[in-house]
Amino acid sequence: MTSSEKFTSMLEAIGLFVAIVGLIVLVASRFGGRRGDRVVAGVFLLPTVVLVLVGLVYPALRTIYYSFYDAAGSHYAGLDNYKTIFTSSDQITVLRNTVLWVVITPFVATAIGLLYAILVDKAKVEALAKAFIFLPMAISFVGASIIWKFIYEYRPDQPGVKQIGLLNQVLVWLGGSPHQWLINSPWNSLFLVVVMIWIQAGFAMTVLSAAIKAIPEDIVEAARLDGVKAWGMFRFVTVPSIRPALIVVLTTIGIGTLKVFDIVRTMTGGQFDTSVVANEFYAQSFRSNNQGLGAALAVLLFLLVVPIVLYNVRQLRRSETR
Amino acid sequence: MTALASRHRAFALTASLLTLTLAVTACGSSSKKTRSTGPECAAYTQYGDLSGKTVKVFTGIVTPEDALLKKTWVPFEHCTGATIKGTFDKSFETQVLVQAKAGNPPDIAIVPQPGLLQQLVATGKAVPASAETTAMVDKNFSTDWKAYGSVNGTFYAPPQNASMKSLVWYSPKEFKDKGYTVPTTLDELITLSDKIAATGKKPWCAGIGSGEATGWPITDWMEDMMLRLWGPDEYDKWVQHKIAFNSPEPTAALDEVGKFLKNSKYVNGGLGNVKSIATTAFQDGGLPILKGNCSFHRQASFYAANWPAGTTVSPDGDVFAFYLPGKTAADKPVLGGGEFMLGFRDAPEVHAFQTFVASGEWATLAAQGGGGRAVSANKAADVSKCTCSEIDKLAFQVLQDPKAIFRFDGSDAMPAAVGSNSFWKQTTSWITGQSTKTTVDKIEASWPKG
Repeated sequence: MTSSEKFTSMLEAIGLFVAIVGLIVLVASRFGGRRGDRVVAGVFLLPTVVLVLVGLVYPALRTIYYSFYDAAGSHYAGLDNYKTIFTSSDQITVLRNTVLWVVITPFVATAIGLLYAILVDKAKVEALAKAFIFLPMAISFVGASIIWKFIYEYRPDQPGVKQIGLLNQVLVWLGGSPHQWLINSPWNSLFLVVVMIWIQAGFAMTVLSAAIKAIPEDIVEAARLDGVKAWGMFRFVTVPSIRPALIVVLTTIGIGTLKVFDIVRTMTGGQFDTSVVANEFYAQSFRSNNQGLGAALAVLLFLLVVPIVLYNVRQLRRSETR
Repeated sequence: MTALASRHRAFALTASLLTLTLAVTACGSSSKKTRSTGPECAAYTQYGDLSGKTVKVFTGIVTPEDALLKKTWVPFEHCTGATIKGTFDKSFETQVLVQAKAGNPPDIAIVPQPGLLQQLVATGKAVPASAETTAMVDKNFSTDWKAYGSVNGTFYAPPQNASMKSLVWYSPKEFKDKGYTVPTTLDELITLSDKIAATGKKPWCAGIGSGEATGWPITDWMEDMMLRLWGPDEYDKWVQHKIAFNSPEPTAALDEVGKFLKNSKYVNGGLGNVKSIATTAFQDGGLPILKGNCSFHRQASFYAANWPAGTTVSPDGDVFAFYLPGKTAADKPVLGGGEFMLGFRDAPEVHAFQTFVASGEWATLAAQGGGGRAVSANKAADVSKCTCSEIDKLAFQVLQDPKAIFRFDGSDAMPAAVGSNSFWKQTTSWITGQSTKTTVDKIEASWPKG
C-alpha cells in the first residue's frame, strides 16, 4: 500500500463513520413522543450492541469454538487441548504459578494497603505518606517490571566486577554473596509477585483509606466509650465497616492478577518455569502457532475470571443499595 | 458547537495532509525510462531492451538497508530501461502470504526463509526460474544455495544476500601476547580452551537472555555442532524431523555444546557460573572479552554491532572472529541465513531481473555499497571491491569458499511450536540444570503431530 492509498482508505473509513452516525441521528430525530423515546433509545443503543456483538461476543464464541480444534484450527480435536492443559507437566507448572499469583497477590496487597491506610490515617504527613505508596500505581506494568529487573540484576562475585542490582548489592554489603533471583522455581514466581504487590498495594490503600474515613464518627466514639482497645477497634469496628470496600479491592486485584501478563513477559518471558495462563496463552497462540491450545487457555482464563467478576458486581450493587 | 468546529478543523487538516502526500508521491514517480547503451552497459546487453517495463519487488528489508538495495538496482534500470519498483515493509512476512493466496502477489518477493519460500510456492502462484537464471545460479552459487531456492526439485528463486553465524569472537591481542594460534579443528579449539582454563581463566563467555526468546543462541550452538559432528545430511534429517529430536545424533550434538557451555571450567568468563548464561542478555555475552575476563564467544557476524563505540574490530584490533572450525580442517560447514528472489510473474523483465541479481555484477555492486547488504555467497563477487568491515570480509571469504557447506538456521525451519518455543525454553532449562536426555525428550514431545 502506498501512502496515498493508505490516506484514501483512512478517509473512506472516516466518511463511513460520519455517514453512519448521521444516519442514526437522522433516524432517531424522526421519532417523537413517549413511544418515540423508546425507539430513539433503541436506535442509539443499536451501534453499541452491534459493536459488542462483533467485537466481544463473536470473538468469544470463535475462541471457544477454536479451543476444540487442533493447532492449525483445521481438525476437530475434542477436549485434547484441555487435556493438555491439565496433564502436560509444562502446563501444570503454568497452572501452579497462576494459583500462586492469585492466592498471594490480592491478600498481601490488600493487607499491606489496609495496614498502611490505618497507620497513616490522621497522621500529620498523611498526604505525603500516601503519595509514596500510591506512586507505583502511576507506573505502567512494563515500566515497573524493568525497574524490578534492575533490582534483581545479578553480576558474579569476582574481583573487578561490580553489582548493578540493588538487592544483590545490599547482600554484598551485608557480607553475603550475590544470588540469581529469577532462576529457581517456584521462588522466582514469588519475586515476580512482589512486583504486582508493589503496584497494587497503593490502589488498595487509596480505596480502603477512603472507606475508613467514611466510618461514622459516632460508632468509633461509642466503641471507645465501651473501652475497646486498638485491636478490638480494628477487628470489630474498622473491618466490618469497610467490608464491602475490602471485597471490591480483593476481587479487583484478583481479576487483575489472573490476567497478569506484562510482568512475566517483561521480566522472564515465561522462562525458568514462571509462565502464567495469560502469558502461556500468548506464547501458544502467537509464537508456537498452536491456536487450539492458545484458545483453550483463553477460555480457561475466562472461566476463572467470570465468578470473581460476578461476585464483584454483586457486592458493588449490594453496597450501593445500602 | 465546539465539537462540530473541531471536527471541521480535523477534516481540513486531513484533507490538506492528503493533498500534500499526493503531491509528494507525484513528484516521486519518475517519467518513463529509456535504455542506455553506453560502454558501462556491456554486461547488461544480455538482458535486452526492457524500456517501459516495470518490475514490482516486495521485501521486508527496511531503512537504512533499503537505500543500499535500491542503489544496486540503478545500473540495471539505466542499462535496460526497466523500472524496479520496490515496496519495503516490515510486515512483509505475513503480508506476502496473504497477497499470494489472494492472487495478488508482487512480481518478485525477497524471501528470507526457506520455510516461507515453500509456503509461497505451495500457493501455486510462483513461477520457476528461467533457463538463463538457472544457468547464472549454477555458475555463481554452490549447490546448497540452489537447493534452498528450489522446491521439490524445481528451481525457483536465485539467492541474494547472505549472512554467517559460525563465528567465534576472540581478542587478537591476547592471542598475540600469549602466542595462541587460531584453531583449525574442533579438537584444537578444545585443546586451546583447556590450555587457557589451566591458567585459571574461564575461556568461554555466553549469554542467552533475550526476553521471551531466551535460549535462541543455544539453538545456533546446537545446529553448528550437529553440522560438525554428523554432517549436512543428518542435519537436514534432523531439521525435517526425519530423525527424532531425541535420537542419538542430536543428543550427542547437545552434549557437545555442553562440553563448552555446561563446563564449569570453561564458563562463564566474567559473568558468573554456568547458570549465569541464562540470565545474561545475549548482547552482553561477549563483552567480557574486552576486559580480558574471557577468551571466546560464539556468535554471528551481526555481533560486530554490539561492541561499545571505539572498539576496533579487525584481525589486529581489540576483537575479531574466527570461523568456528569443523571436525577436520577440510570440513567447512557454515551456518547462516540468506534471501531468495521468488518470481510470481512469467515475463522477460522479471526473469531478467532475477538473473541480474544472481550475477557477479550485482554481487559486486552490493559489496561496493557496503553496510548490511554487502555479503553474499556469490562466487563471482569481487571481494576486493567490498567497502565492508573486516568481519564482513571474513564472512564473504568463508561463504565463497568452494569447500564450504552451507546450511540455513535449522530452528527457523522447524515448526514454530519447536523452533520458537520448546527449543528455546528447554535448552534454557538445560543451562539451569536439566539433563540432556530430559531436554531432548521434552523437545521431541512438543513436535506437532501429523
